This record gives sequence, structure tokens and C-alpha cells, in this order.
Amino acid sequence: MRAISWIAISVFRESVRDRVPYNLVIFAVLLIASSFLIGQLTAGQDVKIIKDLGLAATALFGLFIAIFIGIGLVSKEVERRSIYPLLAKPISRPQLVAGKYAGLVLTLAVNVAVMTVAVYAVLAYMTWSVPPEIRGVWDAPGLDPAMLKAVFLIFVELMLITAIALFFSTFSTPLLSAAFTLALYIVGHFNKELRNLDQVVQSKTVARITEALYHVVPDLSAFDVKTQVVHGLPVSWGYLALTSAYGALYIAAILLVSIVIFSRRDFK
Amino acid sequence: MRRLIVLVVAVVTFAAAIGLQITRDRRYASDVRETERLLYIRTARNAQRAALAFQAVAADIYWIRAIQHYGGDRLSPERQHRYELLAPLLDLTTALDPYFTIAYRFGSIFLSEPYPGGPGDPEAAIALLKKGIGVQPTKWQFYHDLAFVYYWHKRDPVTASEWFRKASEQPRAPNWLGPVAANMLIEGGDRAKARFLWGQILTSEEPWLQKSAIRTLQQLDALDAIDQLQEIVQKVPPAAGTPYSWEGLVQRRVLRGIPVDPAGTPFEVNAQTGEVTIANASPLYPLPRYARPSAVSGQGVRER
Repeated sequence: MRAISWIAISVFRESVRDRVPYNLVIFAVLLIASSFLIGQLTAGQDVKIIKDLGLAATALFGLFIAIFIGIGLVSKEVERRSIYPLLAKPISRPQLVAGKYAGLVLTLAVNVAVMTVAVYAVLAYMTWSVPPEIRGVWDAPGLDPAMLKAVFLIFVELMLITAIALFFSTFSTPLLSAAFTLALYIVGHFNKELRNLDQVVQSKTVARITEALYHVVPDLSAFDVKTQVVHGLPVSWGYLALTSAYGALYIAAILLVSIVIFSRRDFK
Repeated sequence: MRRLIVLVVAVVTFAAAIGLQITRDRRYASDVRETERLLYIRTARNAQRAALAFQAVAADIYWIRAIQHYGGDRLSPERQHRYELLAPLLDLTTALDPYFTIAYRFGSIFLSEPYPGGPGDPEAAIALLKKGIGVQPTKWQFYHDLAFVYYWHKRDPVTASEWFRKASEQPRAPNWLGPVAANMLIEGGDRAKARFLWGQILTSEEPWLQKSAIRTLQQLDALDAIDQLQEIVQKVPPAAGTPYSWEGLVQRRVLRGIPVDPAGTPFEVNAQTGEVTIANASPLYPLPRYARPSAVSGQGVRER
């Protein structure tokens, strides 16, 4: 555990020094701030726009950060040849993969926290500047704590994407890893279409294959509760727990496969 | 020093580029031919698929586009007033975010607005509101708006009454909906009742609905004023061979001044026929069609 935490902190420090995540977060914060201006175009729906854009920016830029850092976790070490002295240390390959993943999750957590603070800051200003009678007709309060449920599920989804990026990076080049991860992200959001495909196709074999794919491909649409929280609709703790547990199990499975692949890889 | 010189040269070069751009714009006017307005994604299903996990933001974008489309067509200097994309844009908005209440309410009011103020399509407004009820069956505002479309635009007080009754049965519905439903059955279409309904909408929470209510109440006042003025003009016609005019009426001391509508624009009187109408230039133009005048609001005719 000590080795894993040491690697995680090292990865976190390295990520913090990398300019690309900084730029992405700054851009996300600017976009969130500009949502206040965009809200002026929406005929009284300012707070909805700020929440929608804020959560979407957090999810989208979190996705870019997860993919960008995740695909380079292993390949950068191989490119710089720093993998050899690293593996020469008394650190097992599973510890290395787990530590790298933990460090990236820590980086993501900080970035998501920054973006969430930016969203709440804009919402705080909006809430302060609007008269109480207007605030009374909002679907949900401006500074709605329920939004944190959406942020939490976004974070779990990003952890899953990171695990997928890490998985691909254990055996593929960064460019291909990014392409595969992005493709799986898109397919993951179309998962429900796979489940309903048996009503459209004639072939039973194809129907069985799509049903199997539905269970194998990560169901990322389940992590999307942004619409519900923005409109003040309830998201139960039970749903949150079940979805998070699904994410955790999927992450664990992918990391285990990544560890197996990485352990068998020959770096000569 | 060398770096400073390079920076100065860069700034001068950039300024020269801007100067060239201004010169080009002055010499060669840009092509202002209007291109066909397109919806690249036409079906709600495809929009949902394309938006992935960002359907709410996509709905917001389509909503902004719907507002710009409506406002642009309504205020266009060429008075084109086509609104051909308003219904599809609202359909896409509500498909991407089914709980987007204002899109249903705002959309229904402006879909049913008669031409040239809107596309004049109450059927599309009804379909949109029924779609909203399908998603949120206990939202009394949707039933209320449906009743309003039937009453104001389709001149069907019986169906309107039924929708008011359904609205009154929804949770947290205001207590005036039931009496309105009952009175509507008895009285039928009536300007006084319309004034009452718009007065209710004036108290609603959405600023855009409030502005619409203020304008329509002013239009109702204008209609009442036109009725009074028409009576006056017909009672006191000008001498033979003399055209109808406000100045003539003022000179004959029938009126104290030129009558103006609630927005402050003078009414017009046809010189030959004596028909009193609202001016095209008035912010209240065009007035809603209303067959039968009823009890006057008591506001009187405003004169300038």
C-alpha cells in the first residue's frame, strides 16, 4: 500500500506540472463563467443554462483530461525509458498500475473539484443578483446541493474512463489508446440502443450478440443524472449507491485485466 | 532591443492586416443573400443520439436557436415572418430535455400567435402542450395554457372550459381555475373574460409571459377604444365632400385631441370610409381578431 500511495503522489505531482490539464481546466472555468452571459439569450432560463453548461463542461473536460493523462500513463514511461529503473525498484507491476491509476484519480478529483467550485461560484452570483420572487419559480435552488450527486456520478464515470484509457495504454500506442477510449465512451452512451436492437433485427444470433455486448460494454448513460438534478427531480441514494457500485466493480475488473497484460509485457 | 523591434514589427503588421480588411470590406460588399435556413438534425431521436450525455446542453442550444428564430422573423426589417423552423426547433428542444417547462409554455404561446406576429398554428401549440402533459401529467400550467389556446385562438370556449376544469384538478392548482371553467361554459367567448384570463397570466412567474399579458391587455384596451371612437365617428360624420379626420373632429369639438392607443401611437381613421384602426407603426399592431365587442373596460379613449 505504501508503494501504491508513493507512486500515486508522484503521478499527481507530474500531472500537476503538465500544462495541458491546466489549460483544459482554465478553459472549462472560462466556459462556465461565460455561461452567465449565454444565459441572457434564453428568456429567463439563466440558472438552467449555467447548471447545464457547468455540469456538461465538467463532464467533457474531465473526459479530455482522463483520456489525455490516462493514455500516457504507461507509454510515457516506456518512451522515456524510465520504465526500466522503475521496474528495477522493489515495486511489483501490479503496484505500479494501481499506483498510476490512483494518482490519476487524485488528479481528476482536484480538477473536478475546481470546476465544481467554479459552477457554484457562478450560481452563487446568479442567486445573489436575482430577486427572491424570481428565485421562487426556479425548478431547483440556485446553490442546490443535489447537484453534487450529478458531480459525483460524473467523477465515477471519469474514473471508469480513466481505467479504460489505462487499460489500452498497457498494450497500445497513445494515439490508438485515445481513439479506442473515445470510441468506447461513445458506444457506452449508446448502450441502451444495443439492448433494444433485438426488437429491430430479424436474426436471433445478432440479437444475442447485441445483448451480450450490452452487458459487456460499460453502461455510461446510467451515470448521467444531469437533467434530473437541474430540474429538481429526485435522484435516490439507492440509485447512486447501485450505480457507483457498478462503476467500482467495472473499474476493478478492468484494472485487473490491465495488471495481467502489463505483467506479461516484455519491455526489451 | 532586438526582441522589442520584432514585437513592434509584429504589431505594425497586424495593424496593416486590419487596415486591409477594412479597405476590402468597403470596396467589396459581402454577399448578403440569405441562405436557406436548415435543420441539420431533423428528428428528435437522431438529436438524442448525437447529443450523447449532453442532451440538456443541446436542448439549451436549440432553445436559444428557437428564440433567435422567432425574434428574428418577428422583428425582421424585410417583414419576412416565415417561422418555418419554430415548431421543429421546439420539438427538438423538448425531446432533448422533456422537463424544459418554459419551452412548452413559451412555445405554445408563440406558435399560436396569429400571423405576422407568429406562425398562427394553434394545432402545433396544442400538440406541444399535450407532449408536455405526457411527460409531466400533474403540471397544471400546461392544462391552463391548453385551455387558453382553445379559448383565445380557436374560439372554442367549451373545450377551453374542459381544459380549465382539468387544470383545476391538478395538485397545487390555483383556486380561480374552477370558477373560470364554469363561467366559460355559460358565457362563451367574451372580451371581458379574455381580459380576466390575461390578468391572471399577468400574475404568473415568468417575465416573458408577463410582458405578453401586458401587451395583450393593452390590445384589448385598444379594441375597446376603437369601438368607442367608431361610434363617435359614425354619429358625427363630416360635411359632404369633406374627408374623415381627427383634426376635423377636434375642430368641431367632438374630441379634445388626437386619440392615441395605450402605447401612445395615434389611431388612424380612413378618410373615405371613416373606419377607425390601429396604426401599422403602433407596437400593438396587429390587434387580435375579435368578433363581438362587450362591456367596455371603462378605461375611456386616450387623447393626445
